[in-house]
Amino acid sequence: MHDPDGIALILARAQFAFTISFHFIFPAFSIGLASYLAVLEGLWLKTGQEKYLNLFKYWLKIFAIGFAMGVVSGIVMSYQFGTNWSVFSDKAGPVIGPLMAYEVLTAFFLEAGFLGVMLFGMGRVGKKLHFAATLAVAVGTCISAFWILAANSWMQTPQGYAINAAGQFVPQSWPEIIFNPSFPYRLVHTVLAAYLTTALAVGGVAAWHHLKGRKTPEVKTMFSMAMWMAALVAPIQIFAGDQHGLNTHHYQPVKIMALEGHFQSHPEGAPLYLFGWPDQAAQTMRFPIAIPHLGSLLLEHDWNAPMRGLDTVPREDQPPAAIIFWSFRIMVGLGFLMFGLGLWSLLARWRKKLHDWTWLHRLALVMGPSGFVAVIAGWVTTEVGRQPWVVYGLLRTRDAVSPIGAPGVTGSLVAFVIVYFSVFAAGTWYMLKLMAHAPAAGETAPVSAPIRSAGITAAAAVEPDGKEPR
Amino acid sequence: MDLTVIWAVIIAFAVAMYVVMDGFDLGIGILFPSVPVGPDRDQAMNSIAPVWDGNETWLVLGGGGLMAAFPLAYAIVLPALYAPLIAMLLGLVFRGVAFEFRWRDPGHRKFWDAGFCLGSLVATFAQGITLGALLQGIEVHGRAYGGGWWDWLTPFSLLTGASLVTAYALLGAAWLIWKTEGALNALARRFATWLLPAFLLVVGAVSLATPLLEGVPKYHERWFQWPGLLVTAIMPFAFGGTALLCWQGIRRGRDWLPFATALGLFALTLVGLGISIWPDVIPGRVTIWQAASPPQSQAFMLVGAAVLVPIILAYTAWSYWVFRGKVGAHGYH
Repeated sequence: MHDPDGIALILARAQFAFTISFHFIFPAFSIGLASYLAVLEGLWLKTGQEKYLNLFKYWLKIFAIGFAMGVVSGIVMSYQFGTNWSVFSDKAGPVIGPLMAYEVLTAFFLEAGFLGVMLFGMGRVGKKLHFAATLAVAVGTCISAFWILAANSWMQTPQGYAINAAGQFVPQSWPEIIFNPSFPYRLVHTVLAAYLTTALAVGGVAAWHHLKGRKTPEVKTMFSMAMWMAALVAPIQIFAGDQHGLNTHHYQPVKIMALEGHFQSHPEGAPLYLFGWPDQAAQTMRFPIAIPHLGSLLLEHDWNAPMRGLDTVPREDQPPAAIIFWSFRIMVGLGFLMFGLGLWSLLARWRKKLHDWTWLHRLALVMGPSGFVAVIAGWVTTEVGRQPWVVYGLLRTRDAVSPIGAPGVTGSLVAFVIVYFSVFAAGTWYMLKLMAHAPAAGETAPVSAPIRSAGITAAAAVEPDGKEPR
Repeated sequence: MDLTVIWAVIIAFAVAMYVVMDGFDLGIGILFPSVPVGPDRDQAMNSIAPVWDGNETWLVLGGGGLMAAFPLAYAIVLPALYAPLIAMLLGLVFRGVAFEFRWRDPGHRKFWDAGFCLGSLVATFAQGITLGALLQGIEVHGRAYGGGWWDWLTPFSLLTGASLVTAYALLGAAWLIWKTEGALNALARRFATWLLPAFLLVVGAVSLATPLLEGVPKYHERWFQWPGLLVTAIMPFAFGGTALLCWQGIRRGRDWLPFATALGLFALTLVGLGISIWPDVIPGRVTIWQAASPPQSQAFMLVGAAVLVPIILAYTAWSYWVFRGKVGAHGYH
């Protein structure tokens, strides 16, 4: 391709980063929300308490919007590998393609096949069958995470392949490919992130209604559930994230050097830079605030462990340090704030003030969107940290791009930006509108038609007496 | 049997499933402006709301499966069709979200209805152009697309684009005849009375234009050599008979008949396309064996597909069964 300045490459990368970041927000929410919905419906079936059913219907309407946006932005992803990264598709297709095909066969069809029943079928199938449909959707979202993270992890820590005469990666061992070294860590860390993100979003909505004085049983229940999740999952997530970081330190040490801002090697123990400005051109950290030796302690569990820096890595093999130094700190900082929120909620619960402490509600409200920010920051850290490789150490990003010139990619990028910002902003607005009213008794199910004069509302269809009106 | 042949059949099956299943719901999008605002539109939308997502999943299987089983074809075709494919994806974004958004925001329902229609129209037209561009031949250099920006844009590809719009609209009208009642049912029958002749006309035009293409593929040879010849002999009768049944169904037949026979017409058309293209994956340029991924990839996926595709078909059928019958103005009843 005639692209001497690499402009078309930068544009193609920008387009992928833009579309995947937008897309990732929705599955991060729907993985957690689908499981939450399954829990709510299960609790309703088990206890018969109406508040769980009301919460289920309340969140189901929000889920429907998020899921639709996830589907349409996901279809874009499945084609963008070919439109913009055709050399990658040709070379890595034999390995990545089957993993994605399994994602479609085991997850996407499962979700799509049962989503219709989950959304609209409550009056048409029995309660138990409906619950099974909800479970199928929830399980589907997790299976989807399994395959796509296997594919992504293989690009980070490839193994189990050979390379043929055409330069293609040829699978040698599927277990090795799927269970590559970074996969278990990435899977746990990402799925926990989705759960935590959803818990914080649910908690934020509940906190808003607490602050507005709308403390219905539903609002109280969802706040309590969300704070349990924050209190329990945030510390587990911090531990899982640390393990993931150690795994990265072992298999992708250059990524860690860059995200820690370690330009220089430290033979007698590396500091931990809390803040600073990584200056890649000068290969140095500007305005550093550092704690001596803490870097070695965290990564090597030894105050004085020698650590290599980016000075041992050719400039052309270094990832952009400034981006991932900061995205990593945003993610970790938010993680600790979530942990703090969880602890505070435990204290409030212990003092029986969970629904009374307004400052707790204010923090929970502010933290409502924090999961999404942390998820994107974490994703940026791991993906930008993989640069300049698309398949780590084997295929450079610049060698993987399609022969599409800068004008073409500019056109599509502009179109994606306009459409995504307008369509997904509208969708987010509709979700916020739904969240703005408090869940309460008599919550309606996702309606297809807004006029329900004929007495066949889905709400009537799920009367506890189990009668199914036709 | 040859793994690569099996995978070609599976991908063809996925594409065919996509064409007929998303075909009818895209078709409803195309017909949407002609459907009166109010209960009729709501009814049309509700008839596909529970199933559109599953229908579109076949498109992801077609794309993902192509990358997995024939990565070289995926790597050449997608850049060659860059503009129409991006347009298709953006069209699908608009129409996909409209299913939810139009209920959520009655104040802007007009806007989302327009998005639903235009998105469906653009996506369909782009898919038709994709078909035309494939048939007329794609420039290949080495392992990459070697043509220019606008190679896909020819009178022939515009014809195939318009043809697919007509074809999906017919399928959508037939679906509405099956799933709705009252005024909308009558309206859908009126649509179908002129969509069926239009469909026959465009299929005829594409069939006549294809052998005349000055491209590399020698389509007429495939039609006039064994076993294509057998199909050539039978096809006009099969097509004519099915079209006649469809016509009768539209005029005064049972409500399910137009949709069933329209599916039959689609199946015959797809068989015809299969004969033209087989055994290439990029007509005249790349055969399925040249584009095939290694047997380790194809075998691994085949295990999954053999088990999962029947299961998928079973629960998809169950989901359609749950929402059987007429939809009514207020959702399924």
